Amino acid sequence: MNAQITGQKWMTFGEGGTAFAFFLLACLSIVVAANAYAEEYAFHAYLFSAAAVAAVIAIVSRYYERDPGPVPLEIDGKPNYNFGPIKFGAVMAVFWGIAGFLIGLWIALELAFPALNLDLPWITFGRLRPLHTSAVIFAFGGNVLLASSFYVVQRTCRARLVGDIAPWFVILGYNFFIVIAGTGYLLGITQSKEYAEPEWYADLWLTIVWVVYLLVFLGTIMRRKEPHIYVANWFYLAFIVTIAVLHLGNNAAIPVSLFSPKSYIVWSGVQDAMVQWWYGHNAVGFFLTAGFLAIMYYFIPKRAERPVYSYRLSIIHFWALIFLYIWAGPHHLHYTALPDWAQTLGMTFSIMLWMPSWGGMINGLMTLSGAWDKLRTDPVLRMMVVSVAFYGMSTFEGPLMSIKVVNSLSHYTDWTIGHVHSGALGWVGYVSFGALYCMVPWLWNRPLYSLKLVNWHFWISTLGIVLYISAMWVSGILQGLMWRAYTSLGFLEYSFVETVEAMHPFYVIRALGGFLFLSGALLMAWNLWKTIAEPAPAETLALVPAE
Amino acid sequence: MSIWSKHAIFEKNSIILLIGVLVVISIGGIVEVAPLFYLKSTIEQVGSVRPYSPLELAGRNIYVREGCYNCHSQMIRPLRDEVERYGHYSLAAESMYDRPFQWGSKRTGPDLARVGGKYSDAWHRDHLHEPKSVVPGTVMPAYPWLAENDLAFDHIADDLKVQADLGVPYTDEMIANARTDLLAQATPDHPGAEDVVKRYPRAQTRDFDGKPQRITEADALIAYLQLLGTQVDFKLYDDKANIR
Repeated sequence: MNAQITGQKWMTFGEGGTAFAFFLLACLSIVVAANAYAEEYAFHAYLFSAAAVAAVIAIVSRYYERDPGPVPLEIDGKPNYNFGPIKFGAVMAVFWGIAGFLIGLWIALELAFPALNLDLPWITFGRLRPLHTSAVIFAFGGNVLLASSFYVVQRTCRARLVGDIAPWFVILGYNFFIVIAGTGYLLGITQSKEYAEPEWYADLWLTIVWVVYLLVFLGTIMRRKEPHIYVANWFYLAFIVTIAVLHLGNNAAIPVSLFSPKSYIVWSGVQDAMVQWWYGHNAVGFFLTAGFLAIMYYFIPKRAERPVYSYRLSIIHFWALIFLYIWAGPHHLHYTALPDWAQTLGMTFSIMLWMPSWGGMINGLMTLSGAWDKLRTDPVLRMMVVSVAFYGMSTFEGPLMSIKVVNSLSHYTDWTIGHVHSGALGWVGYVSFGALYCMVPWLWNRPLYSLKLVNWHFWISTLGIVLYISAMWVSGILQGLMWRAYTSLGFLEYSFVETVEAMHPFYVIRALGGFLFLSGALLMAWNLWKTIAEPAPAETLALVPAE
Repeated sequence: MSIWSKHAIFEKNSIILLIGVLVVISIGGIVEVAPLFYLKSTIEQVGSVRPYSPLELAGRNIYVREGCYNCHSQMIRPLRDEVERYGHYSLAAESMYDRPFQWGSKRTGPDLARVGGKYSDAWHRDHLHEPKSVVPGTVMPAYPWLAENDLAFDHIADDLKVQADLGVPYTDEMIANARTDLLAQATPDHPGAEDVVKRYPRAQTRDFDGKPQRITEADALIAYLQLLGTQVDFKLYDDKANIR
């Protein structure tokens, strides 16, 4: 206020404090880099210091360029939405998506043609597989979730995002975490916990980013102009809070030294296995399900121009889903040294989980009531509806596979990989593509470049998914049966390597499926790029309602 | 007033919604995880499982670094074909000092829980250097750098110390001698070899990588692999006493 009156400009406490914190981080990183036990760790420390210095420069130069007063929350009675970080997140989602799908294709080819490992440490299957899973789940999926949650929470609350630097810190800090995690895997820095491979210092950094994310999200909800919190925001909130709890629990570790990238987990053996799959299954449940259900609850009704099918169903399935999911972890440990009582609990709750999962599917699909004809004309809506159908399929397959006798066959085989990909490509992938196809035109305030390309994207990647998951069903069940096959004399019929050789044709088909899925995503990238880069014709612009 | 309208309290108060979510998601985790720490039946009483020797621990860290767990499980299930193929089903006690556990989730390659003693050191050397040379149908990548890279173990005592802080029974003596023990275990005719076996019963002391004058990453990794699954003598182990 004073600044406006006097014409003087002051650095806010947030700007000054953040810049100072980053300055301290840069100093600390340089000390760590100088004393690091391993070159790889020194490299990461230098990355941290470079990023921290860049952050200080960005904050200061932004200060010199900005208006003296605070950013207005409303302009002419309409909320002044903060779209900058969302745009960045949307672009990064596309970039990481392509990168993650490409690495997936590469490791699929490595399994079919092992010579592609090239005898290089950085690109062996063992190091690239975590890079693939993290790139698609956390880099692609995470950026979609961050961007869409910031978009949805502002729209449904009719309020500007809380914080000045904070939303930028969340989105940039998160992507920096991705860079640290990903380069770490290539260099052999990993704690080997699936989907939680980053080491202690990356985990600490993510914790800070995630707490700020929660505060920004929660603060924006508190600023809302609507009396009720919209259902999509319940799911986003459950996703953010639960991921925080899971992350802290599963990554509890003591570093060997401040100067060492290595740490040891505080849990061990059977307890560590239980904690890991409590985390691992709920990374699926809360990152890949609750978060993307939130996307479903905003973008499908919006695109179909229909209200959510049932308000009561959304209440029941929300609470049931988050309550039941957390119990399902032990189904990853059937017949292991985990005590039977825990396995039985895990199986029972996994089967029950079928119901709230299908509650969500029904609520999403039935939202189309009276608008089914749009599936013919709107490929974006079709993509999102098919994603919900895939969600239904994989949440039926999951409970089936959690039954112990079924699991005795499916566990350790490609059937699991196929199951994961029907959920990941079909559900998470498609609902994300749908959200991006909606959000990019809305954010940049112009029509999508080409609906025809969306149609091509849809059909090419659907063919890819079908090839992928059917190849994995066949190879998984085949290998499971070969492992337990006996000759008439009562000997095991196949040596292990014979069952590996039998997988070859299916690995080739799977790679082809992955190639098609990647091709579809490249079409999307081109389409969205043309949407953003090419200025829309003036008359079309006028037809789009002002945001 | 219908019961549905009561839900408005969650929809109108973000903090109450937040607390509600926290309570609901806590229950399952607490019920499934907490008892594992105090139920005595969780880990079988076997007595013979010891912490990893410094060389084996360094080898285990190589195993983790290369992401072996992505393709190899270390968990034999009590199913007829698995017990015949790999050996006695795995006990919880066998991984009680594993931080983190390496049970794995996928068998692109075979289970390794009892690979110790199954093949010679020379076989492992050849196999790590070029897997196809011993298993023509394999899809495993080659790891030629393991036998080339000197093992970095200057700070190995710190590793033991952190584990001791977490409750692994490493004594002060073990921590103080960690570096010497590592050298002694992988060097033929090293005077410290007897101490290694005294501190870590049944530890195998020899040159593992075929390069007696050097300690390479292959030394450590093969020492670890040769230990896997050998810590419990199943001739003496009583299955019935540990039914859970």
